Amino acid sequence: MAGNSTHKLNLTLKVWRQKNKNDKGKMVEYKVVASPDMSFLEMLDVLNEDLLKKGEDPIAFDHDCREGICGMCSLYINGQPHGPKQTTTCQLHMRSFNDGDTVYIEPWRAKAFPVIKDLAVDRSAFDRIIQAGGYVSVNTGVTVDANEIPIPKDVAGESMDAATCIGCGACVASCKNASAMLFVSAKVAHLGLLPQGQAERYRRVQKMIAQMDAEGFGACTNTGACEAQCPKGISIKNIARMNRDYFVAKLTTEEAL
Amino acid sequence: MATATKTTNWLVDMLTSTLGRKLIMALTGIFLILFLVVHLLGNLQLLKDDGGVAFNRYADFMGHNPLIQAISIGNFFFILLHIVTSIMLTVRNRAARPVQYAYTQEGKSSAWSSRNMMLLGTIVLIFLVVHLQAFWAKSKFGGLSETSLDGKSVHNLYDATQVAFAENWIVAIYVLSMIGLAFHLFHGFKSSFQTLGLNHKKYSPFIHHVGVAFAVFIPAAYASIPVLMFLKQESMSLFALVGCFVLALVFSMVIKPKQELKKSEGGAG
Ligand code: HEM
Ligand code: SF4
Ligand code: FES
Repeated sequence: MAGNSTHKLNLTLKVWRQKNKNDKGKMVEYKVVASPDMSFLEMLDVLNEDLLKKGEDPIAFDHDCREGICGMCSLYINGQPHGPKQTTTCQLHMRSFNDGDTVYIEPWRAKAFPVIKDLAVDRSAFDRIIQAGGYVSVNTGVTVDANEIPIPKDVAGESMDAATCIGCGACVASCKNASAMLFVSAKVAHLGLLPQGQAERYRRVQKMIAQMDAEGFGACTNTGACEAQCPKGISIKNIARMNRDYFVAKLTTEEAL
Repeated sequence: MATATKTTNWLVDMLTSTLGRKLIMALTGIFLILFLVVHLLGNLQLLKDDGGVAFNRYADFMGHNPLIQAISIGNFFFILLHIVTSIMLTVRNRAARPVQYAYTQEGKSSAWSSRNMMLLGTIVLIFLVVHLQAFWAKSKFGGLSETSLDGKSVHNLYDATQVAFAENWIVAIYVLSMIGLAFHLFHGFKSSFQTLGLNHKKYSPFIHHVGVAFAVFIPAAYASIPVLMFLKQESMSLFALVGCFVLALVFSMVIKPKQELKKSEGGAG
């Protein structure tokens, strides 16, 4: 392939190793030689090959699409979720690092995201929040014509912006309070803005926030770290919108939940 | 697995949720912000070059007017509520991350003041204790000399401030505390609007700029009182206040609101 870099990066990795959720865990140092063209996950693949050859336990980390769309990859890299660029770890490339760098790799840290093994954490708390109300109920039947329900363009646009949230959890990882507000607000905005989402709008926001609190996420101090670290650029304007919906729901609706 | 607990009362439910607690923080915070304005207006009379007549008259009025007394009880209640709620939030927020990161660069994504509201609040609290026991407790429970004013005998609170602000260490505590308050307000002012759900591109930049100006002007104006009294330069008060105002305007113009983020759409880095 033309254009591939010939120079190599000699890196020192400090990686969190933890056998299982009950293990105490510790940082372990590894040396790896990487090409600037590799993605961060490919660099870890190279290291894992090496570990397997040596008969050692490879490092567990989450990944799936490797295209920046599924939200499965995580990793707190050098003090920032998904590393130094505002993108997912699978889309982070080794060209963002320099020869001789030391790279810290840690799992998302949150009570609600317990470590399963090494760098893989259990993010099913997000699933339970979605189950609590992050959906729109529809009747089955004939397919509805496209554009049958009028939606103003800017409303559709805002909803789409919120809908780009991939549920990665970087917002929780970056927040000093391990708060899930950005994620929950993205879901609340995505559905609550659309006409189809109106029927369940006020029930949804109350249910999802109750579940979010039950999972043990922190509260919001409005530091803005989440939106700065979100690979999809979800705005904290959504958190303000969620707060509004929640207070209106509590103060004006009669439905008992 | 953890499921949401059911509470019967909606109000308890709302006010004990993370969002409800933040609502309490924002509302009490805004009340305290209003209090800061009113309290400053009164205290600026200390800088009047009249030997304390205007200030003592004001202090006597504030100490005996039943409406002011009622508001002052509300004020104590709100500050207590602000503090108690801030402790409950901090405990919850700490518990939400039981294992810390070995290496973080939080400074890259958030402002220092926003991450240290408890530290800054504690500085304000320590100041409040020092300040209240020096002036408020004395005028309530005795320890002030008397002076005659408009034909009656009133507490000479002005005299007490002069004695206190002749000590350089007291003046230093006041100035340092006001720097703490400035940072608390720098984040707190705009944060309270966000908590209340008021974030819109039409007016959020305005809230930001007013907030920065407020966070600079109010603490600076407060700090100017002990400083000018220490230096015995009360006649310079108007000049000093204009200086505070200009400083506030400069900060407000220099510190820009965070840019609206552009979507990265999963682009490679
Ligand atoms: C004149 C005194 C004070 C004023 C005007 C004030 C104002 C504010 C405002 C406006 C906020 C923002 C609320 C929000 O984010 O919605 C805030 C937050 C906060 N205040 Fe104060 N405050 C004062 C004193 C204190 C004291 C004495 C403490 C604690 C000892 C304190 C602790 C906090 C904490 C921890 C937060 C952040 C809570 C969070 O979002 O996690 N404050 N304050
Ligand atoms: S809001 Fe952003 S950071 Fe949080 S889960 Fe969604 S995509 Fe990830
Ligand atoms: S692996 Fe799917 S977003 Fe990174």
